[in-house]
Amino acid sequence: MTDTLLFKGIDEPGLNTIDVYLARGGYEQLGRALKMEREDLITELSGSGLRGRGGAGFPMGKKASFIPKGDMQKYVVCNADESEPGTFKDRELIQKNPHQLIEGLIIAAYAIDATINYIYIRGEYDQQADILDASIAEARERGFLGEKILGSDFSVQLELSRGAGAYICGEETGLLDSLEGKRGNPRLKPPFPANEGLFNGPTLINNVETLSAIPSIIKLGAEGYAAIGVKDSSGTKLVSISGNVERPGNYEIELGTSSRELIYDLAGGPVDGRAIKCWFPGGSSTPVLTADDLDVGYDYDSIAAAGSMLGSGAIIVVDETQSVVELAYKLAKFYAHESCGKCTPCREGTRWTVHMVERIKDGTATPMDLDIMAAVQEQIIGHCLCVLGDAMAMPIGSLIAKFRDEFEAEIEDNRNERERKLAEEFAAAEVEIEGISA
Amino acid sequence: MADAQRHVARFTNDSRIPGWDRAADLTKEPAVVPDAATTEVPAELRAAIEDAVRRFPVGDSAFIPALYAVQEQYGWCSPEGIEQAASVLGRTPAALTAVATFYDMFRMEPLGRKTVYVCTNISCSLCGADELLEALEAELGEAPDVHIRGFECLGACDIAPMASVNGIYVGPIGLDQVPELARQIVAGDDPLPAKQLIKRPCADPKVAEK
Ligand SMILES: Cc1cc2nc3c(=O)[nH]c(=O)nc-3n(C[C@H](O)[C@H](O)[C@H](O)COP(=O)(O)O)c2cc1C
Ligand code: SF4
Ligand code: FES
Repeated sequence: MTDTLLFKGIDEPGLNTIDVYLARGGYEQLGRALKMEREDLITELSGSGLRGRGGAGFPMGKKASFIPKGDMQKYVVCNADESEPGTFKDRELIQKNPHQLIEGLIIAAYAIDATINYIYIRGEYDQQADILDASIAEARERGFLGEKILGSDFSVQLELSRGAGAYICGEETGLLDSLEGKRGNPRLKPPFPANEGLFNGPTLINNVETLSAIPSIIKLGAEGYAAIGVKDSSGTKLVSISGNVERPGNYEIELGTSSRELIYDLAGGPVDGRAIKCWFPGGSSTPVLTADDLDVGYDYDSIAAAGSMLGSGAIIVVDETQSVVELAYKLAKFYAHESCGKCTPCREGTRWTVHMVERIKDGTATPMDLDIMAAVQEQIIGHCLCVLGDAMAMPIGSLIAKFRDEFEAEIEDNRNERERKLAEEFAAAEVEIEGISA
Repeated sequence: MADAQRHVARFTNDSRIPGWDRAADLTKEPAVVPDAATTEVPAELRAAIEDAVRRFPVGDSAFIPALYAVQEQYGWCSPEGIEQAASVLGRTPAALTAVATFYDMFRMEPLGRKTVYVCTNISCSLCGADELLEALEAELGEAPDVHIRGFECLGACDIAPMASVNGIYVGPIGLDQVPELARQIVAGDDPLPAKQLIKRPCADPKVAEK
């Protein structure tokens, strides 16, 4: 593959401090960007083909171009909530190369003329937040943040805001509400944040990895960056590979690399030569794929064509020894716990899905329950304010569709087991009654 | 299903809301912003909240850092602490409580200050997280000032199964390390120093090549 961009020398000791970052040519791209016209900079970002790395894959430059021009207060908000199960790439970027993110963020802020900016980091990333806090202070001290930076007439502020444990605050409008000090309930869209976001001002929201890629784009030029990867999926992507693999971790890949190569060559595949039962290609919210899909190229369009989504780039591998019922149970419980409760299909649908899987587990379910469960998933999809409901319904729906036999077998087994136990208890109880009457 | 219901307390008419059937006390005064002049606020708490207001000046955006400050001061979001924060922020205690209850990291009861989150989400549970949580809970028993709970994905599935001990991520944790970890948690020592995420090199071989 081409050289690493985001992960270039990321284990260099002290890279999180500004001196080491500067010694590597850090903040040079900011200097270059500040000399460009804003329009040209946005054209450059669009031309790179960079798509959002947080989940939805929306073209970054296009989103920036939606921000209205004018004198109103605008904002860039970096989404560092990273709570999609299976995802841990932003964590490594923040911890080891925070200045790359800060540089990318300032360039984006300049592009849309946002003078007040925030990074919203999940509260659990305490150590990473402390590192980032220190880096922001350093950047401020050295004049990369503040009044009229680097001799330009652009003044820019950046604050770090810590969340407090809620998956839904990764959803962009939930995040904005949380940043405004409220409960993190998503907002109805439109208006989209680009028009009415933080404190009602136009707001550009991007993921940590998206913003961290910007310095490389300025350095390589739009064309240079777009040459990496495949059509409509340009650049490199961090994939977080976890679950039943030998070498879990973050890997930087060129988009379009075969999924088999990622799971087997990079992450070492399942332990003890086990077979893969299924894998989530983009976090737990994406429909599962199976061993038959391993040769799909890992890029936005190919994964979509295979019936799933690239999402956040988190591959979770599930080997043949795992039970799909347990998997569905974990999924459903997570989304039921994290549903903000605003829409009925999501709040109740996630809760009932948990109940239905519990019925399968304790042997009270009938095969018809599976149809009801699948129908509940269909009734959630597209009927909610944000996509958290869909994020449970899609993977669970895909599990039922692809592993129906296994669900049915488990329903039967658990029912038989329960009936056997009941019969035993009944028999024991009868003996006692006889004993009393005797 | 029976299991799940046992976890949820039920009140009149099977409602999950205690006291829904009691009339509101109309003689009670409505909640007001606590008087800043008469509410005593510990100096450190006041300083922390005022700093938050400086950094997040617009609207209520200082609420979450203010709640963290309350939790730091009292070990939990106690009604007393919330009242004090409300007086500094000039808002009602209810406004702050409503925000605090949304987030998993705010403790609404006096639980231990030594906080242990064991991730029990998908990737970790594929690697034995449920067994880890059970073993660690059993090992810690009723250790004083310790609050252990299962947690959703902590963003460290590369070290599954893992735990966050007062914000320090450690993993992968073998069941044989549970006694040692439990001892360190109780003693307030650095948890499993060799297993801390912060020290872990990047998994990508391309990084080490350079
Ligand atoms: C339930 C839910 C959770 C999300 N969690 C995250 C997250 O943790 N991090 C993130 O960057 N995006 C997350 N997103 C996507 C964001 O809403 C948004 O699309 C993204 O931050 C935009 O940035 P990007 O264009 O750079 O990807 C989530 C979306 C939903 C619906
Ligand atoms: S879909 Fe779920 S999480 Fe999203 S707004 Fe509705 S209830 Fe909240
Ligand atoms: S599943 Fe445990 S840290 Fe992600």
